[in-house]
Amino acid sequence: MSIHLLLFLAFGAVCVAGAINLLAQTHPINSALSLIAVMAALAGEYLLLGAEFVAAVQVIVYAGAIMVLFVFTIMLLNAGVEERTTGSRVAVLFGIPGMLLGSILVGWVVLRHSGTEAVRAGALPGDPRTLGQLLFHEFLLPFEITSVLILIAIMGAVVLASKPPTSPAGKVD
Amino acid sequence: MVPLSYYLVLSGFLFACGVAGFLIKRNIITIFMSIELMLNGVNLSFVAFAAHWHSLAGQVFVFFVMVVAAAETAVGLAIIIAVYRTRETLNVDQVNLLKL
Repeated sequence: MSIHLLLFLAFGAVCVAGAINLLAQTHPINSALSLIAVMAALAGEYLLLGAEFVAAVQVIVYAGAIMVLFVFTIMLLNAGVEERTTGSRVAVLFGIPGMLLGSILVGWVVLRHSGTEAVRAGALPGDPRTLGQLLFHEFLLPFEITSVLILIAIMGAVVLASKPPTSPAGKVD
Repeated sequence: MVPLSYYLVLSGFLFACGVAGFLIKRNIITIFMSIELMLNGVNLSFVAFAAHWHSLAGQVFVFFVMVVAAAETAVGLAIIIAVYRTRETLNVDQVNLLKL
């Protein structure tokens, strides 16, 4: 068993455990922390695939910025333990067996029919220089459109989250 | 050397966990985190296929997915804050009107 396979299995086990823990926990802060564990372990998988810049961005942007935003919102809203309602019973009845069946089916098909070509780590240059050249030459138009998307998202977030002026009904926040 | 199919199975499992969380969770923030889990599963597929086909385009697409996820998170959490301000709950079963 090579060191690559061992590392893949270790990071993959953290990923799977974190994803299951996200489903099992009832308090949102625990789910958020297990999601951070999943994202950090995924960064390890990216490193194994030779995508070092993607791994760094995964840690900085996903596990850092986005999840801090989540944790911040959870603390801001003082989110408590999730209330169970009767409406979710149907979803549990169909969701969990469906998920298990789907993952087993997909896993069986992929493992059986895809051959066993190995992914060679480091065969692909994933450094920022090469990626930046690709991003700013071939993908320049999507990049510019993305900047417009970010601008719209910033304005939307500011408008949505800003305190409304006193409502017409006279209710004061 | 790890076969490509192992990465795809892990990616599919993460996506399936995200779908299941989206269905069974009642807290609106946890539902949002399930969406992030799905996006992460897709990202793993992108990077694995990029390494498999020796094409860096897959890694560039991961950045676009991340940007869209960041924008979606900013707007979505703002919407959650607005919903909480008017309905005083985070339970999706009690958020059953289209208006705030």
